[in-house]
Amino acid sequence: MLKRTPLFEKHVAAGARMVEFGGWEMPVQYSGIIDEHTAVRQRAGLFDISHMGRLMVRGPQAEDFLQYVVTCDVSAIPLGQASYGLLCHPDGGIVDDIFIYHLPEEYLVVVNASNREKDWRWLHAHTEGFDVEIVGRSDRWAMLALQGPEAEAMLIQAEEPGAGSLSVLPFHGVALSALFGFTTLVARTGYAGEDGFELFFDAVHAEDFWDKLVGLGAKPCGLGARDSLRFEPCLSLYGHEISDTINPYEARLGWVVKLDKGDFVGREALAAIKAAGPTRKLTGFKMVGKGVARGDYPVHNLDGELVGIVTTGMPSPTLGRPLGMAYVPTALSTVGREFDIIIRGKPVRARAITMPFYKPQYKK
Amino acid sequence: MSHNVPAELRYSTSDEWVRTEGEELVIGVSDFAQDQLGDIVYLELPKVGLILAPGDSFGVIESVKASSDLYAPVGGEVVAVNGKLEISQEAINQDPYGAGWLIRVRPSGAEEELLDAAGYAAHCADRAH
Repeated sequence: MLKRTPLFEKHVAAGARMVEFGGWEMPVQYSGIIDEHTAVRQRAGLFDISHMGRLMVRGPQAEDFLQYVVTCDVSAIPLGQASYGLLCHPDGGIVDDIFIYHLPEEYLVVVNASNREKDWRWLHAHTEGFDVEIVGRSDRWAMLALQGPEAEAMLIQAEEPGAGSLSVLPFHGVALSALFGFTTLVARTGYAGEDGFELFFDAVHAEDFWDKLVGLGAKPCGLGARDSLRFEPCLSLYGHEISDTINPYEARLGWVVKLDKGDFVGREALAAIKAAGPTRKLTGFKMVGKGVARGDYPVHNLDGELVGIVTTGMPSPTLGRPLGMAYVPTALSTVGREFDIIIRGKPVRARAITMPFYKPQYKK
Repeated sequence: MSHNVPAELRYSTSDEWVRTEGEELVIGVSDFAQDQLGDIVYLELPKVGLILAPGDSFGVIESVKASSDLYAPVGGEVVAVNGKLEISQEAINQDPYGAGWLIRVRPSGAEEELLDAAGYAAHCADRAH
């Protein structure tokens, strides 16, 4: 039985096409992927992301514990700020990519829907010796993302006078506010390469909250647009660009690994990988020949040897041409190098290009 | 969601439709197929003169989300290709049985087992959830 968010009935009633994603029955599109994609780039789109995992890490050693299990420097996250981080295996492979929000007395950790149970077990497997408590909030809280250049103006309309000041919430800032009268944790985070917010609030109000944001002009969006929107700024999707068998340096996420912060799970292996240099690298490419690369298509070098695999590929709605990301040997990953994508059995030429394909329009 | 399934056409299980026009057959993809794919942004069609056997792949249509092979529901020679789709692929979404037609074929007589409208509507209903 697939799991459903508190907004499932709402999606179905609105005519969204529902699909399975990571064990969840989620809307893949409402009006159409391109229409939704464009709305987020130009105005504002609304996503139900309640399928993601939410948990609180609290206790006297919450910071020390997180510092030990994630790759980023948790001690450097100021109160009221959030940070991207990675959980890594002892061999450096990525367990999950997460967001850590530093709240008063505790940390909110948001994890991928497909990794909820794995992460829960992983975190609990490392609590020994730490005075820490991990509390699930995935069911009690709903989670929405409002993304796009008009998101801020919409939320200011929704905010009660005196409840907060979202206009001065910095990039990756997080604050408690009241939206439409509902107590809401508001974070200036997202996954679309635009300014935008992620909202956490009591799941009981999910339908009401959704309707009110749509009433302010936010366009309902599905996972299809969420994927194309994260693809253009080259944001990783777990199971594609990152996985248990891919390390951060290959994935161009070395900036998330702070080797000098002290001991943490995976540190030794990651230091060795960094010193040796990754043998393969995530590489953005455009199609030179005619065709569209898709995830899992093989990559050949110009001698016809299998050397890599496509992680994500699609016609980019914003840039208007087929683009992709693939793992290829480091020597082939520099801009301008060419390789072939095997599309329905035939090699089609592709050329490495600069990442990201779309420069994120964050409000810094 | 119900889809348009014109009664006068025949259909393949891989979602192509066939319309008889004089001695020739016009081929396209069904309303169900275009709706499942979403906005078509890219397509590859064969050149005029290509000889197709039933079941041959004669091209591909792509949306942001997915790609889908096109299979010949009938055998024959491609005598025309809808060149307007090069610049307006959206016609496949907007008018799959009209302006969104794909190729015109002079049939060789060999055919896949094709469905009538009722049979095809049932085939779509089986796959919709």
